[in-house]
Amino acid sequence: MALLEVENLSVQFYTEDGVVRAVDGLSYEIERGETVGVVGESGAGKSVAALSLLRLIDDPGEIVDGSIRFRGRDVLSFSSDELRRFRGNDVAIAFQDPEAALNPVYTVGEQVAETIRAHGVASGDAARERAISLLERVGIPDAATRYSHYPHEFSGGMVQRAVLAMALSCEPDLLVLDEPTTGLDVTIQAQVLELLEELSSSFDTAIQLVTHDLGVVARRCDRVVVMYAGRAIERATVEDLFYDPSHPYTAGLMASIPRIGDGADRLPTIPGRMADPVDPPTGCPFHPRCPYAEPVCETHRPGLVDVETGEPVADATAPDHLAACHEHTGDLDGGLEYEVLIDDETTASGGGTDP
Amino acid sequence: MSLAKYALRRALVSVPVLLGATAITFSFVYLAPGDPIDTLVGFDAVDPAVEEALRAEHNLDRPLWEQYLLWLRDVLVLEFGTSPITGRDVAATIAGRLPATIALGVAAWALSLLIGVPAGIVAAVNYGELEDELSRVAALAGIATPNFWLGLVLLFVFGVHLGWVRVTPPDAPLASLEMLWFLVLPTITLGTASAALVMRLMRSSMRRELNEPYVRTARAKGLSERTVIYKHVLRNSLIAVVTVAGLQVAFLVDGAVVVEQVFSWPGMGRLLVEAVGRRDVPVVQGVVLLIAVSVVLANLLVDLAYAVLDPRIRYDR
Ligand SMILES: Nc1ncnc2c1ncn2[C@@H]1O[C@H](COP(=O)(O)OP(=O)(O)OP(=O)(O)O)[C@@H](O)[C@H]1O
Ligand SMILES: [Mg+2]
Repeated sequence: MALLEVENLSVQFYTEDGVVRAVDGLSYEIERGETVGVVGESGAGKSVAALSLLRLIDDPGEIVDGSIRFRGRDVLSFSSDELRRFRGNDVAIAFQDPEAALNPVYTVGEQVAETIRAHGVASGDAARERAISLLERVGIPDAATRYSHYPHEFSGGMVQRAVLAMALSCEPDLLVLDEPTTGLDVTIQAQVLELLEELSSSFDTAIQLVTHDLGVVARRCDRVVVMYAGRAIERATVEDLFYDPSHPYTAGLMASIPRIGDGADRLPTIPGRMADPVDPPTGCPFHPRCPYAEPVCETHRPGLVDVETGEPVADATAPDHLAACHEHTGDLDGGLEYEVLIDDETTASGGGTDP
Repeated sequence: MSLAKYALRRALVSVPVLLGATAITFSFVYLAPGDPIDTLVGFDAVDPAVEEALRAEHNLDRPLWEQYLLWLRDVLVLEFGTSPITGRDVAATIAGRLPATIALGVAAWALSLLIGVPAGIVAAVNYGELEDELSRVAALAGIATPNFWLGLVLLFVFGVHLGWVRVTPPDAPLASLEMLWFLVLPTITLGTASAALVMRLMRSSMRRELNEPYVRTARAKGLSERTVIYKHVLRNSLIAVVTVAGLQVAFLVDGAVVVEQVFSWPGMGRLLVEAVGRRDVPVVQGVVLLIAVSVVLANLLVDLAYAVLDPRIRYDR
């Protein structure tokens, strides 16, 4: 039994434009202590999937289908009391846009200590001490003074660290990090990643790392879920994903990683736009943008199958290399014609300290 | 430390505002129709010699700016002179009426917050539900009802018809139970519209705050819904309400003039109406200046409360 098992998760938002299928039949699992990357373009449903784990989808949204199991317990049927004890304690989340995530009128330290007290880990001065040592741990200098500062007195990188400290405060088994490095400059980004590495090994915390930065994935993750239009379209170990991307979308994402020497601007990503979540294309949601699309792609939705055997997988816990493309069931006449050029310098070019 | 500095700076900003208020109040003497001397003598025909003497006594023979400065010097030590109509000391007259108005004003202000804030919270938390709809209707009625009409209806129902309260104030000291009982209806009359306003504001402010990302963070940490609302959301929502609670002081003073008439309440509002009717300029000046000062002070307090609630204010300027 994996630590987290998400099966066929579907989340919808009811908006004026219609029903937004933000997450549409997503399945994946996370084992104890491992780091799983969730990648995909903006709007793929990464954040919504992350929020669903803690049942934080509010009006006008709703989890309409699927199951979320944490250590075998059914999260979706938790009572409000169970849910309160679960949040922040078993699974903690650090949100995208950390500056907005902190309450402007309370000190940063108080917001960390509050979590510690809420779960009875420590109280009073002990909670304060613990909060200070957490702030120290995530690399905030002069943490005892910083404890009584307000969020607006922190820089962007500091806020990111403070939010991490908050998420770590009760030593959760699973840490969900939504874009933890976005908006940070390269040096701080590298520091945060190093910090994560250190924290996950010392706390033995599993991490769901949401990002659209494949460089981050290459450096930090054990396994990867590639999302497109609310679904997982490829799941693999990080090596398999980079050496053998088995979905044209994944290949396209990789082609768009900026490389050293490309100039300051990010390369244009895959041509075309993310599928309309209100009125998704028929068949494979990626077919309008796919250079290898054939008539079958417009009519039949490919299932997530083992790329070796072409067999569908029965449960979410299969650790194989899976992709949702007709190629793997032999339904494409032309096949996928891209080649993967392995250039070790390029994969390691994110600017980190990795060998 | 930073808060004290902010307070000082904010207090200094009030000085020019207060000076402006004194200048306008001073000009009442000249804004009243006719020569100021007519006001002094109560529009009677008088001997030119007496008139000259009066002019000299009241500095009316000096240049305008000098008159203002002399007047300001007196005003600063709460010296408003003698009423030419009643012959009584203006400062003493006002001081006699002040407690009654303060009692009414504070009671109405407290009522507006004690009803407005909790009702606003209930409406916001139960957005779109029955509680919200009921409060919406109540607020609309509260805002739309003219206070003099509400006062008359209350007086008729509870005073005349049911006989639960007297129709005029009892002859008792302000701090007596009888007097406090009598104060109930004027307080409701004066506080209803404010309560309705505060409630709507609290509701919209809280609705807005509930959608802020920090609320999701608070829930994600495993805080109880109570803590999320009463610790995180409430303090942020109150920032907007506090601003208006200060403006309410001006609003309440305005209402007090009418409500004191309806309930024969012996406060400054009635005094003002009487003085205007009698063209008793020094009394009008004294009352108006006092009102101006209290509004300025209230806003100063509001700004301080604001800075206490919202740490960003203290640093951003
Ligand atoms: N509160 C909401 N109301 C309506 N639609 C929403 C809401 N939240 C998310 N969505 C929709 O759900 C879809 C998935 O959004 P999500 O935020 O999960 O994307 P994402 O993959 O995290 O993108 P990004 O990389 O920009 O963070 C989008 O189409 C978005 O418009
Ligand atoms: Mg997102």
